[in-house]
Amino acid sequence: MSQPSISKSMTIGESGLAVVFAVTAFLCVIASAKALDAPFAFHAALSAAASLAAVFVIINRYLDRPAALPPQEINGRPNYNMGPIKFSSFMAMFWGIAGFLVGLIIASQLAWPALNFDLPWTSFGRLRPLHTSAVIFAFGGNVLLATSFYVVQKSCRARLAGDLAPWFVVVGYNFFILVAGTGYLLGVTQSKEYAEPEWYADLWLTIVWVTYLLVFLVTIIKRKEPHIFVANWFYLAFIVTIAVLHLGNNPALPVSVFGSKSYVAWGGIQDAMFQWWYGHNAVGFFLTAGFLAIMYYFIPKRAERPIYSYRLSIIHFWALIFLYIWAGPHHLHYTALPDWTQTLGMTFSIMLWMPSWGGMINGLMTLSGAWDKLRTDPVLRMLVVSVAFYGMSTFEGPMMSIKVVNSLSHYTDWTIGHVHSGALGWVGFVSFGALYCLVPWAWNRKGLYSLKLVNWHFWVATLGIVLYISAMWVSGILQGLMWRAYTSLGFLEYSFIETVEAMHPFYIIRAAGGGLFLIGALIMAYNLWMTVRVGEAEVQMPVALQPAE
Amino acid sequence: MKAILTVHNLASELVTTIWTPVFVAIFLAIVAYAFWPRNKAAFDEAAHLPLREE
Repeated sequence: MSQPSISKSMTIGESGLAVVFAVTAFLCVIASAKALDAPFAFHAALSAAASLAAVFVIINRYLDRPAALPPQEINGRPNYNMGPIKFSSFMAMFWGIAGFLVGLIIASQLAWPALNFDLPWTSFGRLRPLHTSAVIFAFGGNVLLATSFYVVQKSCRARLAGDLAPWFVVVGYNFFILVAGTGYLLGVTQSKEYAEPEWYADLWLTIVWVTYLLVFLVTIIKRKEPHIFVANWFYLAFIVTIAVLHLGNNPALPVSVFGSKSYVAWGGIQDAMFQWWYGHNAVGFFLTAGFLAIMYYFIPKRAERPIYSYRLSIIHFWALIFLYIWAGPHHLHYTALPDWTQTLGMTFSIMLWMPSWGGMINGLMTLSGAWDKLRTDPVLRMLVVSVAFYGMSTFEGPMMSIKVVNSLSHYTDWTIGHVHSGALGWVGFVSFGALYCLVPWAWNRKGLYSLKLVNWHFWVATLGIVLYISAMWVSGILQGLMWRAYTSLGFLEYSFIETVEAMHPFYIIRAAGGGLFLIGALIMAYNLWMTVRVGEAEVQMPVALQPAE
Repeated sequence: MKAILTVHNLASELVTTIWTPVFVAIFLAIVAYAFWPRNKAAFDEAAHLPLREE
């Protein structure tokens, strides 16, 4: 029988991935049976189940789809791929609420230690990395995945590269989060801050991340727009640098391939320096570069104004790239790290103030001619306030990196306050603003379900941030001053427990602030849910086409 | 410890010494590129990119 012109057959990606996942499922079953510790057995079983599910989904998707893969263009316009973006947006909201909730729980544990329940799984030590990873990597990571896949398609006027690859990236990344998070609760950690996942989770993330880089790069390569928009440069720097940081900080030798425990290759002060080279550049490239990409696309789009100065955006980008990578040593002031390295880290941290404020000015001034929109559009207000918080925390950070200031601030709650003015104010608000824009666009809705609810979210969350950071400033400086207070006879004036006691009221205020921030996120989740459920569809267009915006 | 003069040591010494001026030069070249008068029109065009997509 002669073949019809378009006979249906599996792509190399479909058949290849199905086979790889089938083999992985088999290997994971063996690993689970031979596991040396219970958490490893659990994770191997989880991976086996996930691999089997992947095989099932890939084959089912193949059977359901038409013979031809989705076209690159329909009627001469790009056929944008919104599926993975919708998935990541949903996961971002889910993990955001989970992460804020765990944050509220651990803040309450610090105020009322009985809430640790004397159980290992609910102790502060295990919940704290769950909180940080859930908000940074799960919430922030999914926001970055969703927005980067959206921005790269729109600004390149090209469909996302790959058929299964973008799905592999978004689902695979969330599976990494699941393994990492359940691992923390079960006590699996390599005890590196913000790099807690053990070797097998790290290996999986490496595969997912390289695929992410390829999808992003190939989409840029096949672009129809000659110029590569500045947001794509920021996203690319974020993806490449996170790959380098992840590989640099995590080389480890497992005790056994059937056990969760491993030992990191680096030792002593080299390990500490690697850790904070990683840690600070996770701030610089995950929490800054990636979200600056959001700023450079979503603020012009929402304000309907061009970028204030495109030239400044180029200098902003390269100055960040050249300077950020050297700032890590300021996490290790007054340690065994050589003095000159500490001074180097401090110097570069102070220099970072310039590009940071250059970028902030560029974001804020993009509103020139559209300032009145701040009164009527709470989404734009959220985006703009996030840039103001970016300016505030990038002023505070360099100041705290100065050694004499650091001698007071280090190890105190001031650091926690600083981190949260950046995380809640900058990363949180810019993410909320981006999701409020992205969800109606991706689901093809005319607008949000309720701008009034966005307004409520804005004010409740802002109040929460103010309570949080002002409580931590007072608490941190008080703590630092109490630690360094001497009596006239040269003895320390306060015992450690007295300083802990002094923190108590501030810990309650902080928990209240965190609670308000969580309430804001719940309002948002309801609003976005209703936007998708009952929102009015944008003007009818042929299927799978994005409307003009 | 007395440094031993080898080609490798010489090369690594040279690299560790010259990367600072090299990076500064690259950065200054980027600044010049950004402010080059002839590029202005293209950058002003690019600033509008998010607003004119389909």
